[in-house]
Amino acid sequence: MKYLDEFRDAKLAKYFVERINKISTKKCVIMEVCGGQTHSIIQNGIDQVLPENIEMVHGPGCPVCVTPLETLDRAIKIAKKENVIFASFGDMLRVPGSDSDLLKAKSEGADVRIVYSALEALKIARENPDKEIVFLAIGFETTAPGNALAILQAEKEGLANFSEIVSHVLVPPAMETILSSEDNRVQAFLAAGHVCTVMGYWEYEPIAEKYKVPIVPTGFEPVDILNGIFLAVKQIEEGKAFVENQYTRSVKREGNIAAQNLLKEIFVVADQKWRGIGMIPMSGMNISQKYEKYDAAKKFDVTDIITKEPEKCQSGLVLRGNLKPNECAAFGKECTPENPLGATMVSSEGACAAYFKFKRFNVR
Amino acid sequence: MKEENELNLANGFNCPLPITNYDTVQLAHGSGGKLMGELIDKIFISTFNNKILNKMEDQATLNVGENKIVFTTDSFVVDPIFFNGGNIGELAVNGTVNDICMNGAKPLWLSAGFIIEEGFPIADLNRIVLSMRQAADNAGVQIVTGDTKVVNKNSCDKIFINTAGIGILEKDLNVSSSNLKPGDSIIISGTIADHGMAIMTSRKGLSFENTIESDCASLNDLINLITNTTSNINAMRDPTRGGAAATLNEFAAQSKVGIKIYADKIPVKTNVNGACEILGIDPLYVANEGKVIISLPGEEAKDLLSAMRKHPLGANAEIIGEVVEEHPGVVVKKTILGVEHIIDLPLGEQLPRIC
Repeated sequence: MKYLDEFRDAKLAKYFVERINKISTKKCVIMEVCGGQTHSIIQNGIDQVLPENIEMVHGPGCPVCVTPLETLDRAIKIAKKENVIFASFGDMLRVPGSDSDLLKAKSEGADVRIVYSALEALKIARENPDKEIVFLAIGFETTAPGNALAILQAEKEGLANFSEIVSHVLVPPAMETILSSEDNRVQAFLAAGHVCTVMGYWEYEPIAEKYKVPIVPTGFEPVDILNGIFLAVKQIEEGKAFVENQYTRSVKREGNIAAQNLLKEIFVVADQKWRGIGMIPMSGMNISQKYEKYDAAKKFDVTDIITKEPEKCQSGLVLRGNLKPNECAAFGKECTPENPLGATMVSSEGACAAYFKFKRFNVR
Repeated sequence: MKEENELNLANGFNCPLPITNYDTVQLAHGSGGKLMGELIDKIFISTFNNKILNKMEDQATLNVGENKIVFTTDSFVVDPIFFNGGNIGELAVNGTVNDICMNGAKPLWLSAGFIIEEGFPIADLNRIVLSMRQAADNAGVQIVTGDTKVVNKNSCDKIFINTAGIGILEKDLNVSSSNLKPGDSIIISGTIADHGMAIMTSRKGLSFENTIESDCASLNDLINLITNTTSNINAMRDPTRGGAAATLNEFAAQSKVGIKIYADKIPVKTNVNGACEILGIDPLYVANEGKVIISLPGEEAKDLLSAMRKHPLGANAEIIGEVVEEHPGVVVKKTILGVEHIIDLPLGEQLPRIC
């Protein structure tokens, strides 16, 4: 398949492995921001072919994993209400809330449906005028424009039975939180290719400069990732730190302006809780006052649900890159995909799930 | 968090293990993965408990006088009932025919039980039954007994069909999923994931430019060719629910061997692969309805492969892996970088991911 097979080419991948080996002398810790990249690294065994001095740590870029517990508890409460059709992305269904998950709510009679986009949920709203349709709108800058578009469209069509429970997160504040923490080890980032497709990479230029870290917007196929690692290592070796675009077939410096304008129209940047990490100032997007009537948390009056994280799960350390999943005492024992303690074990993009799935043994 | 296993004590000494971590049946209990395995093990096998069932083959082989009779049953609840490349009726016939012939038996007779929702269009029923007749004719079997039940609106989803089948094992074969041996090669008869992706992409809400067709077909003719080519087949199974990954894991677990497959050898159609990429689904875990996975001694693999490729249902057959002594019970895939990683049993339904 075009744009896919070339980037899965074994020869090209091995070429980059060789080049990385050739130029790499210094110890370096590189964080891939996005869960899709984590999945690809583990699935293809990229971490196992890198020289010993290069360590990949897995970043907080799995939207499912960082969605705060209280958003889930609110979602489950709304889903269980009479006359509600609750629509969600598939991989949110198994994420544990405080004492249930959406799949369980479904088996207990809630009308929970898997959709592939917010617009699909809007379609359900159009087809069921006598029901309330609530969409669980989570995601990074990548997914947020679609969620915004659904609200704009609902407004245009006057669909009063549609609302969203939102939990949007933004990458740059999370990167700064990691870089400015006392125990930070990260020396370079592979930025999330699809987030940058929407937002561009101009936002990262001041971060690269301020913290002296190379930032490389990178794609998701093995050749993309190895190329991204090569560019990051090269900068580290040469003592440089700037934003260098690997994912040129998709990312432009300015990003997708139309999508950015859509975000500005519907949402306002606000403080946001990240599951496992905590509150990060100005790192999320809420529905603005103008579109308040589409805010399901307000509409269904669940804003008073505030939940604390269970202490056993160390996903916060994993999401900050300070703990490898297999170093957690609960990994593979109390915590498995069947019985997850935290979201990082649930989502296909969660670091713990990726480790469990692909490398329960054979962990370096 | 999950409650502790409350059912543990309530069920007496028959079941020292916790019955299951769930106190209600979840959809994932029916999707061919780990949870379904648990349900079968802890509830059905431990209760029905007999030598024939405990072999956990897709079909039971019964000694009746001098003859070896093969018996199997399967229920079909697919939604939508009409899909690209087939319908629920065709599936019900082919599925049971395939289960019978997977140990080399010749399928002969089928039963058909219908559970129909009140209000179901007669025209649709006619269409389904006609294609069952056609599928039966193609496979050389007869539908010789049946049952009909109609239930209240909303008591079932349109129509459910159960088929059972009987066949006879005439060839001297020893095919079993506990029979794989180190040194075996693993062959798949064609492209994977066609059926599951045909269903998923024809479900409401998803429109793909490409039309993906189900591979729904009866395999008895191809299996006949295979067992005529060699009598040394160690294992055969059709990778339906849970996909090739589930079948390979069952092979590895039941034979206590390791299986190694090669990422670049697994045949997947371009449009199927595209749909999988968009939805974030691994084709290895997606259902097939007209494919067979075979394990046989490595030295015979090439001959069988070229014989299979002459059959229309085996035209895209490939040797996708080998059976090894290392890591018994575990399936690994060799990636393009030469690194091996685990192909686990699916947990339950594959959930499309957010991005």
